[in-house]
Amino acid sequence: MDFLEILRTALQQALGPTAIVYVLAAIGINVHFGYTGLLNFGQSGFMAVGAYGLAVTVVILDGSFWLGVAVSFVAALALAIVLGLPTLRLRADYLAIVTIATSEALRLVFGSVEMKDTFGGSNGLTGYSKVYKDLNPYSDGIDLGFISYRRDDLWNITVGWSLVAICCLVVWALMRSPWGRVLRSIREDEDAVRSLGKNVFAYKMQALILGGMIGGLAGLFFALKQASVVPTDYNTNLTFLAYTALLVGGAARVLGPVVGGVILWFLLSGLGATFGQMTSGPDPILPTWLMDSSQSSLTRFIVTGLALMLLMIFRPQGIFGDRREIAIDGR
Amino acid sequence: MAAELTAAQAALAQVATDPGAKKPDPIVVGSGITRTFGGLKAVDVEHIEIQRGVITALIGPNGAGKTTLFNLLTGFDEPNSGQWSFNGNALQSVSAYKVARLGMVRTFQLTKVLAKLTVIENMRLGATGQKGEKFWLAPFKWLWKGQEDEITSRADDLLARFKLDAKREDFAGSLSGGQRKLLEMARALMVDPELIMLDEPMAGVNPALKQSLLGHVQSLRDEGRTVLFVEHDMDMVRHISDWVIVMAQGQIVAEGTPQSVMADQRVIDAYLGAHHDTDLSELDEAALEAEVEAEIKEEQA
Amino acid sequence: MGDGTAIDVTLSDDSKKVDGQPAPIEGVTLTVTTDDGTEVGEDVTDAEGKASIPLPGGGTYTVTLDEDTLPEGIELDSKTRTELEVRVLISGSATIAAFPIGVQAADTTGFATKLIDSIVSGIKFGLIIALAALGLSLIFGATGLTNFAHGELITLGGVVTYWFNRDAGLPVILAGLAAVLVSALFGYAQDRVLWRPLRRRGTGLIAMMIVSIGFALFLRSIFQYTFGGSTQTYDQYVAQVRHSWGPIHLNDKEIAIIVISLVVITAVCIAMMKTRMGKAMRAVSDNPALSASSGMRVDSVIRNAWILGTALTGLSGVLLGLNSQVSFQNGGRMLLLVFAAVTLGGLGTIWGALLGSLVIGIIVEVGPTFGVPSSIKEVGALVVLILILLVRPQGILGRRERIG
Ligand SMILES: Nc1ncnc2c1ncn2[C@@H]1O[C@H](COP(=O)(O)OP(=O)(O)OP(=O)(O)O)[C@@H](O)[C@H]1O
Ligand SMILES: [Mg+2]
Repeated sequence: MDFLEILRTALQQALGPTAIVYVLAAIGINVHFGYTGLLNFGQSGFMAVGAYGLAVTVVILDGSFWLGVAVSFVAALALAIVLGLPTLRLRADYLAIVTIATSEALRLVFGSVEMKDTFGGSNGLTGYSKVYKDLNPYSDGIDLGFISYRRDDLWNITVGWSLVAICCLVVWALMRSPWGRVLRSIREDEDAVRSLGKNVFAYKMQALILGGMIGGLAGLFFALKQASVVPTDYNTNLTFLAYTALLVGGAARVLGPVVGGVILWFLLSGLGATFGQMTSGPDPILPTWLMDSSQSSLTRFIVTGLALMLLMIFRPQGIFGDRREIAIDGR
Repeated sequence: MAAELTAAQAALAQVATDPGAKKPDPIVVGSGITRTFGGLKAVDVEHIEIQRGVITALIGPNGAGKTTLFNLLTGFDEPNSGQWSFNGNALQSVSAYKVARLGMVRTFQLTKVLAKLTVIENMRLGATGQKGEKFWLAPFKWLWKGQEDEITSRADDLLARFKLDAKREDFAGSLSGGQRKLLEMARALMVDPELIMLDEPMAGVNPALKQSLLGHVQSLRDEGRTVLFVEHDMDMVRHISDWVIVMAQGQIVAEGTPQSVMADQRVIDAYLGAHHDTDLSELDEAALEAEVEAEIKEEQA
Repeated sequence: MGDGTAIDVTLSDDSKKVDGQPAPIEGVTLTVTTDDGTEVGEDVTDAEGKASIPLPGGGTYTVTLDEDTLPEGIELDSKTRTELEVRVLISGSATIAAFPIGVQAADTTGFATKLIDSIVSGIKFGLIIALAALGLSLIFGATGLTNFAHGELITLGGVVTYWFNRDAGLPVILAGLAAVLVSALFGYAQDRVLWRPLRRRGTGLIAMMIVSIGFALFLRSIFQYTFGGSTQTYDQYVAQVRHSWGPIHLNDKEIAIIVISLVVITAVCIAMMKTRMGKAMRAVSDNPALSASSGMRVDSVIRNAWILGTALTGLSGVLLGLNSQVSFQNGGRMLLLVFAAVTLGGLGTIWGALLGSLVIGIIVEVGPTFGVPSSIKEVGALVVLILILLVRPQGILGRRERIG
């Protein structure tokens, strides 16, 4: 066991591009769930349309890169409207049901054999990120001593963290305003808000669109940093991980998803690296009947599932939060 | 109270005291309103009019359909049939928030305070026409700061009036049941409604505060607002209402001034009971016991 | 198979269905080469149409199908190439490559026959959904919780049957019974260890829904960990010939599936109507607070709902595995359909759940007859779900709730 190596991997991952994808997704969920109380269990669907919006526009339709970026946002917006219209007047469960069902359905469609010519089937699409790569101003990677990033990843994390900063700024500015107050009130009791003359449906729709478009941005960034979109990447696990990230950092706080995403990814990468080491090599520490190397990559999901349950039960306010002001009372 | 009657109050004197009576200057007019749940006809109102500028009480036994009627009138529930209007605007299938914007604001029997917001934030939410509540303006604080300050000072005035100023920065979830009732009423006033509909405002409020609340409700009328409230507390009904509507089993069974309604034998039978006129605490305990014993004997016989 | 890095290939004949699944093709040689043409390995498909070629690590590989080894009468159709590029991203889990293969000969079956076939298999599938939907409705009715881990309870039934059948050597029927028992036990344990303590703490429903997605993730990963990523079948009743009754074609196991579901569903419905526990369950779902105050033991009603609900859902998984295959993803894929079914009927109503399930089952199976691509036939259910919410949000048989 090489603990320094595990720590290095974990730290590198926690600040790296994949963590950023989860942070962005969790910021969107924070707008939905944290501030407004909307149960969007299909953030992966928003991310998928964001990613495929770009890839299909550039690869299949031969559009320009920037047109693809615009399509990504429009696609996420359209998805939010389609999901919101039938469900936002109903109880919270309905949005949850429709979003999780839609995200799965989208994944099936994107991966389907019959629509291979449009979405690339189960192999997905590649070859849309040239413009993005060419914009990379760095000539070299960066070595911070303990951790280092290659040239590509340095560009990825520069763009990624900038996007995170912008999203946080927007969320902060909105949530301190009376608009944010209406959202938080809707989370508490939407009938009360309605009785005061606010168009609750419109506010919920605005929140769903805002959070969904941030989700679309997360998918867009995912597609850019990965240089390929593959349908299986956009399964429900992605959504559930983002929820966990949000709850680790604390819902309904601007920096909650950021802190949570980094911590979660640090822990999961550390865990992955630990079990990876324990199961690799000719004479692994763990016997193969107990865990082989393909199983070791599953530990992260098992642990995340447990963590999500325990957090929700025992610390719904997040690791650092103050119980009194948290969005939902776990107790 | 009888010293100087407003014109609206005076006008009520001429109104006939039968169910669904026409009022000289009604703010709400409804007819044929029905709502059934399964086989149960929860509301079945042939005709109802609420006089503008006075305090109207809606009373009736539990399950009479008072809350359901409130829900229907304010757009929180949809009737099986019926039409009604507020200030001449037809309100069938108008959504609840639009009803509130028209100036018809209600409170809830089971209070709906926004627990994880502070008391003052609860109040601010009530104000209408806020620029900062528009998505595109919200991020820019300087655009709505002035209005927000104005709203805050109005909210502070109201909080002081309802003796909640000490709780200004507390989470509404930490308030007691009675305080929640007060907060909800104060918050409804932030909307600046023309007609305020209170569903059991006095339930759980202590006697001293009740006195001052009664004063508030009366001052609402004196400001020119119309008040419609549901209440089981006969003291309140007697002292401040100008008109009383009695519901039972979904229907309006009687209407009239407090005095006439409380003297109405049907109302006494259906709702008030034999002792409604006497303050129970003042009754001679011995006499009461004797009466009870007599009743028991009667039953056994 | 499934151990270490490998490319798993499944060869099936899309145009010829056995038990509603594409027929496997045996004895075809597949070769895997790297980017630069070096051969990595070669394998011949087995009776299930499967071949597995181990790999040295991640990278891009090309799988080539040797057309000469295809059995008589099968040709690649115009859409299928003999080569397939596969990107193996993570080393570890097996990467699946699929060659959908069709014969070029024209379709001989008429539209009417196809329609009748698809309606019959829709009813069969609808009944499988109905068992799970009934389970979801029971649990929802008693607790108010929309359980997002419900799909995993379907998976549980199939996976446990597989273990009892293949690893413990029980015949499928016994294994299935055992799996239903295990499901019932799991339902009890689930309530006892997780949900009841949460109710005692007064945890809100929204919070419980989040707990349920955590639970779903946890269970699904556990299944993937223990069962592996591949798709398996029980060791009996895999390929059966269909008998004909007039226009209806069914094989023995399909008849068994239909009969078992019908009997169980009828029994549960009668029990809900006639027995004390059934009446109590309906009372609790109508009005939990009132039932509690009228001295009913709400806790035991809820416990029974979990036990019965999970057992029914487990049975649904057992039958799904019998009907097609067992995979750790079975439940995830069914979840969409079960949700669509219960929402269509009205959340929490038993008759609604049954009706909704049959509608959804038929829509899903009939869709391809009208040109819906068969790999996304489930999507039709989603469209129906959204439409019904727009038109009649409380579902066909549901009821609106009280405000204020
Ligand atoms: N959503 C609903 N579903 C079924 N029945 C309902 C619903 N809402 C109200 N009811 C029934 O309608 C009847 C009238 O209820 P309502 O709440 O209007 O009575 P109320 O006059 O306000 O009584 P209280 O004085 O106790 O507040 C009751 O019998 C109640 O059970
Ligand atoms: Mg009431």
